[in-house]
Formats: sequence, structure tokens, C-alpha cells
Amino acid sequence: MAAISREEVAHLARLSRLAVTEEELDRFAGQLDVILQSVARVGEVAAEEIPPTSHSVPLTNVYRDDVPTPSLTQDEALSGAPDAYEGRFRVPRILDEED
Amino acid sequence: MSDLTRMSAADLSKLITAKQVSAVEVATAHLDRIAAVDDRVHAFLHVDREGALEAAAAVDRGEITGPLAGVPIAVKDVVTTKGIPTTAASKILEGWKPPYDATIVERLKKAGMPILGKTNMDEFAMGSSTEYSAYGPTNNPWDLGRIPGGSGGGSAAAIAAYEAPLAIGTDTGGSIRQPGAVTGTVGAKPTYGGTSRYGLIAFSSSLDTPGPCARTVEDTALLHAVIAGHDPRDSTSINQAVPDVVRAAQIGKNGDLSGVKLGVVKEFTGDGSEPGVSAAFKESLEALVKLGAEVVEVSCPHFQYALPAYYLIAPSECSSNLARFDGVRYGLREGDDGNRSLEEVMSLTREAGFGPEVKRRIIIGTYALSSGYYDAYYGQAQKVRTLITRDFQSAFEKVDVLVSPTTPFVAFPFGSRTSDPYQMYLADLFTIPTNLYGGPAISVPCGLSEGLPVGFQIMAPTMADDRMYRVAAALESAVGTLTPPAL
Repeated sequence: MAAISREEVAHLARLSRLAVTEEELDRFAGQLDVILQSVARVGEVAAEEIPPTSHSVPLTNVYRDDVPTPSLTQDEALSGAPDAYEGRFRVPRILDEED
Repeated sequence: MSDLTRMSAADLSKLITAKQVSAVEVATAHLDRIAAVDDRVHAFLHVDREGALEAAAAVDRGEITGPLAGVPIAVKDVVTTKGIPTTAASKILEGWKPPYDATIVERLKKAGMPILGKTNMDEFAMGSSTEYSAYGPTNNPWDLGRIPGGSGGGSAAAIAAYEAPLAIGTDTGGSIRQPGAVTGTVGAKPTYGGTSRYGLIAFSSSLDTPGPCARTVEDTALLHAVIAGHDPRDSTSINQAVPDVVRAAQIGKNGDLSGVKLGVVKEFTGDGSEPGVSAAFKESLEALVKLGAEVVEVSCPHFQYALPAYYLIAPSECSSNLARFDGVRYGLREGDDGNRSLEEVMSLTREAGFGPEVKRRIIIGTYALSSGYYDAYYGQAQKVRTLITRDFQSAFEKVDVLVSPTTPFVAFPFGSRTSDPYQMYLADLFTIPTNLYGGPAISVPCGLSEGLPVGFQIMAPTMADDRMYRVAAALESAVGTLTPPAL
């Protein structure tokens, strides 16, 4: 049985904000199925009592002294923006017409 | 004067310090070499001739001194360089000039090392061959029809082709070590947190580790010492003294490994490696025994689950990290015709800007993190990560370092592993456990199989980077370095 269907891949692509083509969906569905069947092997390990590791360096809440230092200027911060307007990032419309 | 591009960084440094050669001459020799061969190798995505010569001139004026002052370097294109294009080999960042330097780049500049340019890689460091670069692959200097490894194939090929004596790489699952192995060069992944990630374009934040690439173990250690050390701008940076890797490499060069216990991982010795790779590994092991080392077989029962665990953890982190490429603050924006919504423009931008492997990993990561699947996939992978860490810890109670081939196969021909992505993932079979554990590991050339380089991997405990350098230098003294055929 397939681990993942073409419909699920299409749904995940939408969640990931990827406007994938039909051709890509055909290709990815098979490839992702092979990958997921392979990585599902982690389920063979008996690990109910084992704590998870998110990170190899066991650190929590690293603080530094609150000292002001120079940062990027507004121009520098906007230098790579596809579109800027009056010192701000300009974005396409966020709300639909009827909203 | 012998050819400057053939010399080690250590020797170049001596000549520059003694003023027998100028830093500008050294930089020029390498820039000329790049101009002569890079149309065939394609190790570089961008060459900064002017910037490199300017930095070299500052060294010649006596403004900067130090162990590697005037020795030029190539930097992987996933590391930000102020004002110099940085793309991570992706179309989504084409033409982007970062407004700041990565910490390691700041340290290179402070050390007086001219940056020759930015090297090719798999897009966002996802891959083992550079075939996933949006700008075309890098060709292996040993055989231009074969892959140079990945993701840092450009850095490794630049060194192997004598275009640079040193390079910076990044290692998330083997991206420094596997390219080192298949190009006959040395590559080290430092302890996670030993080198700063500030200014690294993030792929998998709990695994990404920048590190040094070179042609000799001593050069690798010299570069390691320049870039390592605590950085307050990276919250996972370890605030401890850097192990003395340069001294360890010097000690190892004497070729005495009396009392050193090498652990051979039982689970890595079965099938999986090509016969020629296994043979070169065994011969090198015998050479180390002749230097006084003792070989002990150790069992790491969970290493067989490292590859599946990694290919859940890394894509999960990638799907989150790459959300920043939204067509708003930097890079590409596609389909903004004044009518489409932000969400539509975002989806079109990411569709146009990302290549197939990046899309696959974003989708896998989104799947593994989704409710209903989280516990079975991402959560379970994190538990397996704990068990792999325990395997390392218990192995290091019995031995000083673990050893294995770096990668199961030599450089493969282009196109032979791209149709089935999982076949590509197998290139990282032996390198991935270390990333999940967080310890350091190094790949050293150990011979040829069918005329192509084989790498020998040495893995050490966390913050014992010096230990692997000692063994690596001893191995190099026994088996020598490799020289590719003339281009």
C-alpha cells in the first residue's frame, strides 16, 4: 500500500505554499512514497520510554548583556527586497476584495 | 619558485610571512588558475577578483598578520558575504547581495585571508552530488564526467583542482566529508556548536555545522583554528576553549599512535560499501595498526536507523526554515501582477524559485510535522536520535575514536542517482550518525578504488576535535596525499 497518495501530496504542497504543476505531482507522489516507506523504519525501534533529542547541545535560555550595538540601516535591510515603498517592504494585497 | 597553486596553506603562509612572495602574487596565481580551469570544473558560482586582490594588498602593506594571513580561500555559497552575491545555489536568491557577513567570514577577513569567491553546491545544501544546484553541477577534477560529492562539491573540487588551497564548507549530514572523500581532499565537520552558524543560510538548524576543507590535515587544522570558537550571535555556540587541533595535527604527523584505540563499527562493516572502498579502508586500518593503534570492534545497534531518522529530522527543520523565502524581504518575487493575492504570489514564487529536491524535502517535512503523523515520524525520529547518541557515548567508553569509510561508494557518474532520490541519500550512510550525535568527524584520503579517491572517516567525542586530527595526521603520514590527473 502506498504511504502517501497524489491527493495528499497536493494538499501538503498547498500547505507549503508551493504551486506545483500536475506533472510534478505525478513525479513527486511516487518518489515521496519510496522515501516515506524507507524513513518509516524508525517505527521499528522500541522507544516508548526514550526521551526525544531536539538538539545535541543541551542548552536553555541563552542570555547576553542588553547592550545596544549598531544594526543594519533601513536602506540595508531593504536592499534585497523585491519591492519597497517609503522605507517599508511592499507586499501584494493580503485581503480579498469582498473581505 | 614552484607553482604557488600546488603549495599547502602552511607553506604559502611561511613564504608570505618571510616576504619571499607577496599575498597579491599568491591571490593572483589562484585567480589565474580559476580563469584557466573553472569553465571545465565549475566549482565557482561567483569570483571576486577585485575583493581578493584588495584583501591581499592589505596583508602586503603589513596591516594584517597571523598564521594564515594572505592565504586565499573559497567560501561555500550558503554562507553570507557582505556585498558579494550569495545564492545557496538557488534561483530564489539569484543576485542577492547580503547586507552582512557571517561570523566565520568576519573571522576569515580578520585573519587576512582573501576570499576568492563563492563555491557551487546542491541547492540549500540538500544533496550529495551538486546535481541539485540551480546553476548546473560541479565536475569532479578526477573525472569530469563524475560528481564531486555534495552538497559542498564546489568547495572540495576547487581545492582538488588547485583553484584554492583552502575552502569553507557546511556539514548537515556529510556535506563536507563526502565531497572530501570523492575528490581526494580533507574535510572536517567540527563539533556542533564549535563553529558559529550566524550568517549560514539555515537548512537544518540542529545539525548544520560549518567547517574547513583543505588538501592536507595540517591545513585543515589551521583553518579550523581560525573559524572556531564561541559566538554570542549563535545561541547554540559552545562557550568553551577550542580544542588545540593544530597541535594535535602536528603530534599526529610524527606517526605514533601507541595506546590509541580505534573502534570499528560492526554495523558498518557488512554490505553497503563497494568492494574497492572496503579494501582501501582495511588497508588503511592496517597502516594505523603499524603505527601502534589498537583496533576494537564496537556495536552501535541504532546506527542502522540514523538515515531514516535524519531524513525525517532534516526535512522537518528545512520545511520550517525555508518558510522565510516568501518573496517579501529578499530574493525572487513571481506573479505579482497587481491582481494576485500575497498567498498566490508566495506560492508562485516558491514554485519558480525552488528546485525539485528542495520541494520534495519541504513536502516531506510538512508531512512529518503534521498532526496525526508527528508522533510516528518526527517525534519517533527524535527518540532514535537519543538512542544513536547513547550508542556513541557507550562506544567512546571503550575506544578513543570510531572509524569507517566516509561514504559507501566512489564518485559516481552524473545522472546515476537522480531518478531515485533515496539512492542519493545512501551516500550519507556513514556520515549522518555523527550529525545526529553532534560530535566532530573528519574525512582523509586513504587510497584509490578503480582510479578514484576513497575517504577514511574518523569520528570523535563532542569537543574532542583534537583527537580526530591526531589520528587523521598519522594516517596521512602513512598513506600520503592524493594528486588528481592534470586537467
